[in-house]
Parts: sequence; C-alpha cells; structure tokens
Amino acid sequence: MAEVLVVVEHSGGEVKKVTLEMLTLARELGTPAAVVLGGPGAAAALVDKLGEYGAAKVYTGESAVFDDYLVAPKAAVLADLVRSVQPAAVLLGSSQEGKEIAARLAVKLDNGLLTDVSSLDGEGVATQTVFAGSTIVKSRVTRGLPLVTVRPNSLTPAAAPATAEVSPLEVTADESAQLARVVERKVEPKGARPELTEASVVVSGGRGVGSGDNFKLVEELADLLGGAVGASRAAVDSGFYPHQFQVGQTGKTVSPQLYVALGISGAIQHRAGMQTSKTIVAVNKDAEAPIFELADFGVVGDLFKVVPQAAEEIRKRK
Amino acid sequence: MNIVVLVKQVPDSSAERSLRSDDNTVDRGSASNVINEMDEYAIEEALRIQDAHGGEVTILTMGPEGASESIRKALSMGPDRAVHVLDDALHGSCALATSKVLAAALGTLSADLVLCGAESTDGRVQVMPHMLAERMGIAALTGARKLTVEGTSLTIERQTEEGYEVVAASTPAIVSVWDTINEPRYPSFKGIMAAKKKPVQTLSLADLGIAPGEVGTDGATSAVVEAAKRPPRSGGQKVNDEGEGGVKLVEFLASEKFV
Repeated sequence: MAEVLVVVEHSGGEVKKVTLEMLTLARELGTPAAVVLGGPGAAAALVDKLGEYGAAKVYTGESAVFDDYLVAPKAAVLADLVRSVQPAAVLLGSSQEGKEIAARLAVKLDNGLLTDVSSLDGEGVATQTVFAGSTIVKSRVTRGLPLVTVRPNSLTPAAAPATAEVSPLEVTADESAQLARVVERKVEPKGARPELTEASVVVSGGRGVGSGDNFKLVEELADLLGGAVGASRAAVDSGFYPHQFQVGQTGKTVSPQLYVALGISGAIQHRAGMQTSKTIVAVNKDAEAPIFELADFGVVGDLFKVVPQAAEEIRKRK
Repeated sequence: MNIVVLVKQVPDSSAERSLRSDDNTVDRGSASNVINEMDEYAIEEALRIQDAHGGEVTILTMGPEGASESIRKALSMGPDRAVHVLDDALHGSCALATSKVLAAALGTLSADLVLCGAESTDGRVQVMPHMLAERMGIAALTGARKLTVEGTSLTIERQTEEGYEVVAASTPAIVSVWDTINEPRYPSFKGIMAAKKKPVQTLSLADLGIAPGEVGTDGATSAVVEAAKRPPRSGGQKVNDEGEGGVKLVEFLASEKFV
C-alpha cells in the first residue's frame, strides 16, 4: 500500500492530538508515515507515540532552520519528500501553520488543496463544512494527490501499535525559504486547561457575562468539566477576555464533544466557530436568543444563578 | 513605500449564504456583497504606513463586475487607485489559480509591501499570502496583530497557540493582518466623493498573459462533488430556570456522560 504522509504537529516535545487523529485517518487510506520537522533533537521524543498510533515509518528532518524561519523551509523539505515517495495522500493539521505549509506545497507541486476537512475517504473525497456550518460539501482534489488539512476533533484517535521505522531526511533550505525570520518566541503561561481547538469540552462566555471579572464563573465551569475557555467576539471586543480565546468568525473554529455557551446570543458569526460541536448547551436570559435553535439543552435564565448552581451540583456528584 | 492592498468582495457573512446549484461555486449573485471585513484592517494599516512613510496605496481586487462596488468603498477610505482583475473566465477559480492571477497582477505593480486580511469570511482558508509569497519569491508574514516598518525592514507580532512571536523580513514582502491590529476608519463624505474620481484600471487575463483554461472552473485543481444544506439541529430541550436550572443542566450533562 502506498504511504500516506502525516505532517506531525508537535509542541514542547509532545505530539498534538490532531496528529493522532490524522494517523487514525491515514490508516484507512494506506500505510501511515509520519513526518516530523523540527529543531535538532526534536524527533526522538515523538517517535514512540507516533508508532503507538500506527505510523509504520517516521521521516525526521531536524534543523535549526525550522525554528528560525516561518513555514517555507518545511514546505521545501516536504515537497522533495512528496516527489520521491509519491504518497497516496498528504495530511496536515488545519492550524495556521498547517494551512500555510499546505499553501506552499500546493504551489510547489502544482497540486490542488482542500482545507478544514473532517473526513477523507479512499476515493479521495473529502467532507468540509462551510458558511458558518450551514452547508456540507464533499469535494476532491482534481489535480495531483489529495493534499488536505484536517480539522482537529473530527474523529476519535485510536491506538494501533506499529513499529515505527525512523528514516532521517536531508534538510536543505535555500535562501528563498529563509526570508521570514523568527526574532523571538514568547510562551505565555496557559495553566492546566486544554488548548481551545483541541479540547473535548469548551465553555464560552459572551456579552451576558458582563465583565472580565465575571469570566471567573466561565473558567470555574470549564475547569469542573475539564474543558477550555472560549469567548464570543462581543466579549472579546468588550475587553472581558483575550482575543486568542475568541470563538467564531475572525477567531477560532472549535468542534468539541460538548460546547457550553453562557450569555451568548448566537449571532451567525459566533455559530461559524462552533456549530459543528457534537452537543451544545446554552444558558441565556433571552428565551428568543438564536443560540437556543442550536442547543441540545438550553436553560432560559440568569447565568449568575444557573452557573453557580450547576458548578455546585457537579462538585456534589464528584 | 508603495503598498498594494488585496481586497476581496464576499457575500455578507451576517446573511444567509449558499452555493450555486448549477456549478457549486459560491453564489455571489443573490447575496448582498461586502468588502471582506478583515481587508478593511489591511487598508487602514496601509493608510497609516502611508501617512508615516509616504508612497502610494493601490487596491487590487479580482472579482466579477459587481466587485467594483467594493473597490469604490475601499477607495473611499483613502487609497490612491485600484486595479480590478476582471474576466468572465475567472468564475470558479480555485485558490491555486487565484494566486496565479494575483501574482501576475502584482507583478505589474512593483509593490514594496502587499497587505491583506488574514482570512476571508467566505472561504476562511488563509492560504493566499503564502501561495503568493511562494510564487513571487518574497517573504510572507502572516496573522499580524502589530506591524512595524523601518526603512526596508518589516517586523510583525503575531499570536501563536503558545503565546506570540515576533517575525521579521525585508521588503518586498506580503503581510496579512488580523482584526486586532487597528480600528479601521469610516469613509468620510469627502472620501466618498473623492473615490468616484480615483483611477480604477481593469486588467483581463489576456493583459496578464494567462490562458483562460488555466483558471476558472476548467482550470480548478479541486472541485465540489456535492453540496447540501446541513440539516438544522432539532430536538433540543429548553427549560425555564425556576430555581432548578443549574441542577437540570447538570442532569442533562450527566445523561450525556459529561459529568
């Protein structure tokens, strides 16, 4: 069977969840082969995990250029690999970086590209959800191989232990790949909460939360459910919560198992970022709020009463 | 510093949007069309750089006849002129073909800096800056929440999953901006009047030396096989809080095994 290349997303010496999801998907399409690109020594810590999820091969490219310059060197190495391996498909995560690498690969290989896919079948047909989640589209690459970026949380990762054969890649990056130089990387403490786009549970607050201080209530419920915290654009624009947590158009798209919307009316721009969540729960004092059209369970009421009571009830049950 | 701002006309994201039933391309005819919101931030940033460093600001749009409305709107904010790539054969172009056309158009404009929004509200694909950079052999600095220009050096700050990073490049380069970068101005009455007289150059595919078969639905490198409206979510339960709302909420979560 032909190899299916999975470009590994990793951070701080750990494989990101979307990569395990992609390996799970790749197993149905061919022989999964993971590609780790990172600074010197980045791959060693990741190989076992990749094997555990079925990677029969792990291509490793290690060089300081990957850390020192934005995506272009990664795209250059991948383009060479694709030309030599002739894989059945190439999967990347639908993160900013994943899409950017894919964009450059598409040009280098003169190959079509599909982004934000939630599934890909053996015939190369991918599923995408567009227009704020209102339309489901099946599409395919018609020039070249299926080059797709996979939306996190689209499937459940399943282990399938394989012995990963490590195959080092030669890293060459010419000057044209070294134009966007990373000057500084600042890591901000994010605490114990899962990352927003990967979290299985997301608890978001909107304008109805009323203030930055009151977001403690949203955070408390998120922590009790083991989830990430999100915010609507109205809440972010009002300065209640930082922009990187914004869910919706001009923010993040999430697709968790459970999405809890607190004090969020559910404007279409917000729905764009959460409509594909599996289960949606809403608390809002306005019974006519459009969020209730989406909610599997809605409570019409004052979130300052409902949420503390819910938090207390969860504690009781633990 | 000569700046080109990429502006895309998109169907209004606050209204119902759909795909055409004949060829599954974005229905731009029945929707009310607007400037892609994030592009307004790119225009604002261009005007601020022009204020500080001089030079010319040009709007570049690829789109059907009706996109001229968005071009005038963009010009009313203050840019000097616009270029409209207009050709019937462009209908249904994929991102890859679009980047070929825009790169060719940019090739006629000798920009030091190309600015655009980080994503469009219709496709939300975010690939254009890197596709263009790859084709043109220039740097792409994407998702800027802050942009600093000093001579020929550009520095951006951008949000990452872990925090933020500072990335630098020399001109010529393409920079995409997020909506946290500034607050776009509203066009003034004077600006609206002035925009009517500003030059808008139209370029066809022939002008750019691109064959019609390389773009549009014929030249597309991906295709929609089928499209369907997502069935509306239904069967939801809604309760009024009469003192037990929180408990009922947790009961629901427990029944779904989240608690």
